[in-house]
Amino acid sequence: MPAPHRQATLFVSCLVDQIYPQIGMAAVDLLERHGVEVHVPKGLTCCGQMAFNAGFRDDARVVAGRTLEILRGQGDVVLPSGSCTSMIRHLYHELFKGTAHEAAADDLVGRTYELTEYLVDVLGVTDVGARFDGRITYHDACHGLRFLGLEQQARTLLNGVEQAELVPLQGCDECCGFGGLFAIKMADISEAMLKRKVAAIEASGADLLVLGDVSCMIQIAGGLKKAGSKVRTRHIAEVLANRVGER
Amino acid sequence: MASQPIPFFDRVDDALHDGSLQTALGRATGRFIANRGNAFAALESADDLRTSARAIRAHALAHLDELLIKLSDTVESRGGHVCWAEDAESARRYIVDLAKARGVQMIVKSKSMASEEIHLNHALEEAQFHVVETDLGEFIIQLAGETPSHIIAPSIHKTREQVRDLFVEHLNMIPTDDIPTMAGTARTELRQRFLHADMGISGVNFGVANEGAIVIVENEGNARLTTTAPRIHVAVMGIERVCEKLEDLGVLLQVLARSATGQRLSVYTSILSGPRRPGETDGPEEFHLVLLDNGRSRILSEQYAEALMCIRCGACLNVCPVYQAIGGHAYGSVYPGPIGAVLSPLLQPDLPEVEKLPHASSLCGACQEACPVGIAIPDMLLRLRADAVVAGKTQAIEQIAIGGWKQMMMNPTLFRTGGKLAAFGTRLLGRNGSVDWLPPPFNQWTKSRAFPQFAEKSFTELWEERQKQSQK
Repeated sequence: MPAPHRQATLFVSCLVDQIYPQIGMAAVDLLERHGVEVHVPKGLTCCGQMAFNAGFRDDARVVAGRTLEILRGQGDVVLPSGSCTSMIRHLYHELFKGTAHEAAADDLVGRTYELTEYLVDVLGVTDVGARFDGRITYHDACHGLRFLGLEQQARTLLNGVEQAELVPLQGCDECCGFGGLFAIKMADISEAMLKRKVAAIEASGADLLVLGDVSCMIQIAGGLKKAGSKVRTRHIAEVLANRVGER
Repeated sequence: MASQPIPFFDRVDDALHDGSLQTALGRATGRFIANRGNAFAALESADDLRTSARAIRAHALAHLDELLIKLSDTVESRGGHVCWAEDAESARRYIVDLAKARGVQMIVKSKSMASEEIHLNHALEEAQFHVVETDLGEFIIQLAGETPSHIIAPSIHKTREQVRDLFVEHLNMIPTDDIPTMAGTARTELRQRFLHADMGISGVNFGVANEGAIVIVENEGNARLTTTAPRIHVAVMGIERVCEKLEDLGVLLQVLARSATGQRLSVYTSILSGPRRPGETDGPEEFHLVLLDNGRSRILSEQYAEALMCIRCGACLNVCPVYQAIGGHAYGSVYPGPIGAVLSPLLQPDLPEVEKLPHASSLCGACQEACPVGIAIPDMLLRLRADAVVAGKTQAIEQIAIGGWKQMMMNPTLFRTGGKLAAFGTRLLGRNGSVDWLPPPFNQWTKSRAFPQFAEKSFTELWEERQKQSQK
């Protein structure tokens, strides 16, 4: 492992913390392997997106304000989630505009990165030395793709995975139908969207579906499971850290 | 006016289970998306064109008052009449009164969403006028007694087989699926109407302030006939559709056609300035421009002003996975799809269940990406959701859930304890990492997907253990 030459704060997100902790540990591995000293501040929970998307801005502001305080002065902040990163980068300004937190929010916006973005665009990594024996396909999670402009970063990293064959996914940029509470409130529409996604994944011939957002992962993996599919779903951090087999 | 009495979720359910609708939507939106993609790919710099289009629309909105006064003056100087309609009722009244005063019997209409917005046909028919829609798609749905389900393709929800059946029933067509034959049948029928109509009512794609002109684009030629054959032409225009000068059209017409149908330009582009003048052989004797506000100036003063940049191309509908799944009628509003989910709560705040529309989106952003003027539709949907919460239009269960969520996220110990409980619960209910059934309301989730079991050890715990070990 190279001697650390930079520091970063890892904010894994509420879902990774409680449901997929392996993704967080994989992100730690990846960052450390590329010379980043990882910090995880105590007490981080959530970016506030769920309440914000549901329209409960006051509640979202309270939770996000707490997160903002914890991340104050913590340097670069890296999240293994396009969606939470986009909440901070794209929406914190609007959420905190005109409040005492406005300057802190704008400061955080400028030093927050999604994981693959941080690896490729900040650290200049293209090959992380990972290996996967099989066919991989990649789903572009909407928020990373459209609100952060991330399209090539993940593909660059996946192309560097030894033995893996990256196969195309029809409609890879189409929404899986998750959308937070949308999946509950508009469950039938969400299901119709999910079915298209599941069918496309099945048709791709991949052994492994890779994506960069845990929320889409819950939706798609749940849909594949219900459909009896053999395709496994993994977060890109797990693939890049050679942790696919760990769960 | 309630456009449909059926509850929102029943409409959604009907749409999702309507085989013909699903076939029609799949065919049409797929074709629209491919055509639009090709049309923009053929440009050297699509982004530059869209940036210019946005700048022109922003300029128009920033100077809306001046431009509208200019438009009104120039139209009047060319012999036209202008009606400033504050709301739907005053627009309807002006047109109905005009038709009565001029002894009109038969009215032909070309496609106009603004006229749909004010429910003009209903008012005209109630006043005993014979109204015929002449756009092929509008003609089809008028025969079917329906409303448009798409901004530019009103009968997008109909398969050709359904259109055949309508024509057989209403126009005595010999049964055939041949599209040219069907179009010919409609043309023969409509040609007679044009010749006998006293009044033509059209929409307006753009009003050009400096010229006193209105612009209408179309592919069938029916709008040109509607606006020139009858002795009176009435154009209904949302006040936001103004631009300053003819040069603006060089950009606006390009992005409109490319975004709407994937054409470089529409087949017919009519620039109409006023009634027939002495010595001219074409055109109506009278021209009336109805400038429709109907809530727009209020929207302009709010955080939704950007929605008024919309040029009604329909691209956001085609790319929207929700629209693709349920079509336009399920929205229950005049304007469907993503832009409809923004405009409807603003333009039709009293529509039953209209507050649900901003939630009929996964916030995927495909709409904003497709929008030729880059309207931040997802951001506006989020603001509308927030407005509804502030107005108290939320369910008690949601308030309780969000309250519980906040308590947990504000307190790491509670967050950890909650995670432990969830881990215990999901382990009880499932196995091998996933749960197939959850109690209400989460059964809405598990009816079509499994849910993951929560981890026994959270990331925070794993990290703390690792830190302790490395300190030893």
